[in-house]
Amino acid sequence: MLNLSLSEVKETNDMIEKENLDVRTITLGISLLDCIDSDLDRLNAKIREKILRVAKDLVSTGKDIEKEFGIPIVNKRISITPVGLVGAAACKTPEDFVSIAKNLDEIAKTVGVNFIGGYTALVAKGMTPAEKNLILSIPQAMAETDLICSSVVVGSTKTGINMDAVRLLGDIVKETAEKTKDNDSLGCAKLVILCNAPDDNPFMAGAFHGVTEADSIINVGVSGPGVVKTALSKVRGENFEVLCETIKKTAFKVTRVGQLVAGEASKRLGVPFGIVDLSLAPTPAIGDSVADILEEIGVEYAGAPGTTAALALLNDQVKKGGVMASSYVGGLSGAFIPVSEDQGMINAVEAGALTLEKLEAMTCVCSVGLDMIAIPGETPNTTISGLIADEMALGMVNQKTTAVRIIPVIGKKVGDTVEFGGLLGHAPVMPINPFGCENFVNRGGRIPAPIHSFKN
Amino acid sequence: MKRTIITVVGKDTVGIIAKVCTYLANNDINILDISQTIVSGYFNMMMIADLQKATKAFDEITNELAQIGEEIGVQIKCQREDIFDSMHRI
Repeated sequence: MLNLSLSEVKETNDMIEKENLDVRTITLGISLLDCIDSDLDRLNAKIREKILRVAKDLVSTGKDIEKEFGIPIVNKRISITPVGLVGAAACKTPEDFVSIAKNLDEIAKTVGVNFIGGYTALVAKGMTPAEKNLILSIPQAMAETDLICSSVVVGSTKTGINMDAVRLLGDIVKETAEKTKDNDSLGCAKLVILCNAPDDNPFMAGAFHGVTEADSIINVGVSGPGVVKTALSKVRGENFEVLCETIKKTAFKVTRVGQLVAGEASKRLGVPFGIVDLSLAPTPAIGDSVADILEEIGVEYAGAPGTTAALALLNDQVKKGGVMASSYVGGLSGAFIPVSEDQGMINAVEAGALTLEKLEAMTCVCSVGLDMIAIPGETPNTTISGLIADEMALGMVNQKTTAVRIIPVIGKKVGDTVEFGGLLGHAPVMPINPFGCENFVNRGGRIPAPIHSFKN
Repeated sequence: MKRTIITVVGKDTVGIIAKVCTYLANNDINILDISQTIVSGYFNMMMIADLQKATKAFDEITNELAQIGEEIGVQIKCQREDIFDSMHRI
């Protein structure tokens, strides 16, 4: 094999130093199924023992890899078996579930990880009493913990949409906002509602360790919107073929770094490698924006006509480039379009170019959904449920993952700005359609699975 | 230890290569390949080094090289070769 050239080495290091290339997360998935116990104290003790044992070297290993390869690994995280299953035998009340959340929060702080995901209920078709209690406990759990992420899966292409859960979550989102109103309703930033959720997603807030997974697994999420943007700035004015080829090649290179880091982490921790999630995940840092890529592709602001098509091609080319770079691809894989975490998106909202309705359209062609969007605190609970139902329907019909992570900021109205801090960024409060949907969301029951789900 | 890439970037000055090479020699690090260029007054160098016989740990070498870089006003990075190989070689 030919020795590396100076220009190749420089290209890689420029991506890291100037274009914000990083490994966004190493997420260690841990099954807690073997911790299940009918006694709550014993359950909490077993959970603690298992996570501390499996994850004890996660953070130090991440740091070692970071140093040896010279690539930042921004987050080290843990995902666990949905607590709605693990706690079902022990938890009789929502408060019982909160005790698990607090236990997990302490464990996260002891191990030194950034987040534990998996305070989750899988209720796509129906809710068990335990899962209902978990959902009811979310507001208190989010208010009384720092590092726990919660998710609720309320629909899938195979099962349809559980509208009882959707209706309930309108209340839960609002109550979570109320309980964390002193922090600009930050609790809602750690709560996501999903349709077609993958079992191996390394990204928060939706990460959980699905029941289809092994005892423990390493999943890695790469990122690099800045790298794609820089590469595209060199082919300005060229046709779509050149544009798409450039995105593919860049996505390949970025994903190869993820594959390398995943392999190393797996080897050093003695935990099998699961998947690389090849996502363009923006951060509030300048030059780390998906909206900037859309502008580079040719729309004046994210949200202008043409945006959905630009995003569709971006998402597809990222996948095409990334698939060959990794032996196993999974998770969410695609382009994320959170508002508060992407300076270009924030600019687009402030310029009046990007609306909630356009964001909804964009979620049809990219991974995930309505993400980190601040809306007025006075938004009715039923309207939030309606918004969730719309987004779940997009996922169900298009056989893709969709999600809602929306923040009704208590005490704020359209035009105000919310500051979440850190990677969560800041967001302008966006207007939401003022017309009601009470009669729709209050019907109760579930929406049947679409006809094209019957492939047997 | 696998092959390591040492990069030196910064304003050109007398003795950069000498300083770095002296350090490597003193620590039993063999240089396998070296290439260097100057672009508009900026010094760019890359070395492929073999740390197999190095007496110190990778971490220590990285820190000490970075320290030498600070003293002479350049940035010195030490990275395992694999990251570049995975990105640029199929």
